[in-house]
Amino acid sequence: MLNASITIGQYIPGDSVLHRADPRTKIILSIVFMVMTFLVNSFWTFAALTAFTLVVVLISGVPMKYTLRGLKPLLFIIIFTAVINIFTTSGTPISQTIPFKYITYEGIELALKLAVRLALIIISGSLLTFTTTPILLTDGIEKLLNPLKKIGVPAHELAMMMSIALRFIPTLLEETDKIMKAQAARGADFDTGNLVQRAKSFIPVLVPLFVSAFRRADELATAMEARCYRGGAGRTRMRQLKFTEADTKVFVTSVVVFAALLLLEYL
Amino acid sequence: MPIVLENLTHIYMPGTPFEKAALKDINLKIEDGEFIGIIGHTGSGKSTLIQHFNGLLKPTSGRVLVNGQETSGKGLKELRRHVGIVFQYPEHQLFEETVYKDIAFGLQKDNLSEDEKRKKILEVISAVGLKEEVLEKSPFEISGGQKRRVAIAGVLVMNPGILVLDEPTAGLDPRGRDEIFGFVSKIHESMGITVILVSHSMEDIAKLVNRVIVMNKGAVEVDGTVTEVFADIPRLESIGLSAPQVAYLMKRLKQLRPEIDENVFTVAAARDELLKHLGKEVQKPC
Repeated sequence: MLNASITIGQYIPGDSVLHRADPRTKIILSIVFMVMTFLVNSFWTFAALTAFTLVVVLISGVPMKYTLRGLKPLLFIIIFTAVINIFTTSGTPISQTIPFKYITYEGIELALKLAVRLALIIISGSLLTFTTTPILLTDGIEKLLNPLKKIGVPAHELAMMMSIALRFIPTLLEETDKIMKAQAARGADFDTGNLVQRAKSFIPVLVPLFVSAFRRADELATAMEARCYRGGAGRTRMRQLKFTEADTKVFVTSVVVFAALLLLEYL
Repeated sequence: MPIVLENLTHIYMPGTPFEKAALKDINLKIEDGEFIGIIGHTGSGKSTLIQHFNGLLKPTSGRVLVNGQETSGKGLKELRRHVGIVFQYPEHQLFEETVYKDIAFGLQKDNLSEDEKRKKILEVISAVGLKEEVLEKSPFEISGGQKRRVAIAGVLVMNPGILVLDEPTAGLDPRGRDEIFGFVSKIHESMGITVILVSHSMEDIAKLVNRVIVMNKGAVEVDGTVTEVFADIPRLESIGLSAPQVAYLMKRLKQLRPEIDENVFTVAAARDELLKHLGKEVQKPC
């Protein structure tokens, strides 16, 4: 099935300390984490950061296998960038024979680091969505962008657009799956033929998919207007975001680990 | 082309937190020319079941044999011509510029001459009760009921030996519903094809089919004739279903007059039964 391979963006209910933490804490820490993956450079700090990530996955209660499956769709990109790096980095070649002449030790090192970096970033991003409902996630983003409203950034509208987009990813995937099955039942063939033929075979899927996406958008707009939605000005929320004990735990632990890693790296 | 299911089990997304067993150890045999109704609560596994008939879903364990051939092997395309499945809201799959082209989609790999194609399309379009004029229109400008029929015609054009319809009348008005069921039974009779109908309308099931399969929580709860299935109303209600409304009426009438036959599940049969009963009463001397 189509849905099975796409794990990013999926929320997995649970009661770990990560689930309970405020979305703002998690968003900020995820961003810091991504910066961290680029600040660390030596073997040991990399190992420590990877170990930390795996421990966090364990704490979250999300099955490790499921988390790692999230890397699958992006495996191609990871391998592609790694290969490019192996061949294009200048330095000492590992051998004088072709093709090893073009492979350098520096290239291999860089490629490995890049692959690990990308993997860690994907895992941390998935963890954020695994442990945060889409609604809380966009609430958090809106709150974080709030200060920018003063300089005219439409924070609420951006958050609303994001939450609608997130909300409809599974719906559209399901819809695609349904239409593909319906067309397959009429003899459509998606798996054989050359690239052009395969691309063409998706027309019977894309046309109905677009039609239904527009219909859904239209219905959603009507439903929102019927409930007097007029944008962000003056809106109050039923669920107020609050920092709790869970946030303190998550925040302090992460900051200590990040600081230790930086010390290890640069001292 | 009989369909045989042997210990069919299907699990969605195995190995994830969303793992769900949709079908558990199903054994069924569907013979040629049967008219079968599948009923069951939402989420009872009806849709998962029918998608195994043409290999859209593969069994997690167990076997599905169509005409003696396993669906997980080769020849899927051939299989899908023999088992035509019309999904819920099939009009959402229309995509071509004209109705004609859309129906012809199922024939694209057939190497038919333009004349043969046209002949087949004219046949199915009249079988589903549409006029020839509709062929040159865009499938997006015709009415909802017409769209639905065009979509069904798009499956029928492949000449399937088995036709599976998943709630073909959902969202249609009573007239549209009667028209669809009208041509479905006609096709069943005249072309002798097996029809499998998934529906939530007990009235329609009772009126049309010979055999009813009741699904509950991924398993076959009851499998029998209309009378066998609908006679046990408490059992149906315990799994969130019901009998046709006229069955309830006949049960109440039987409490008043024990000689009435309560195993009547269509309005027409109930009328006959009551007339027979009234006729007898009139003949009795006062």
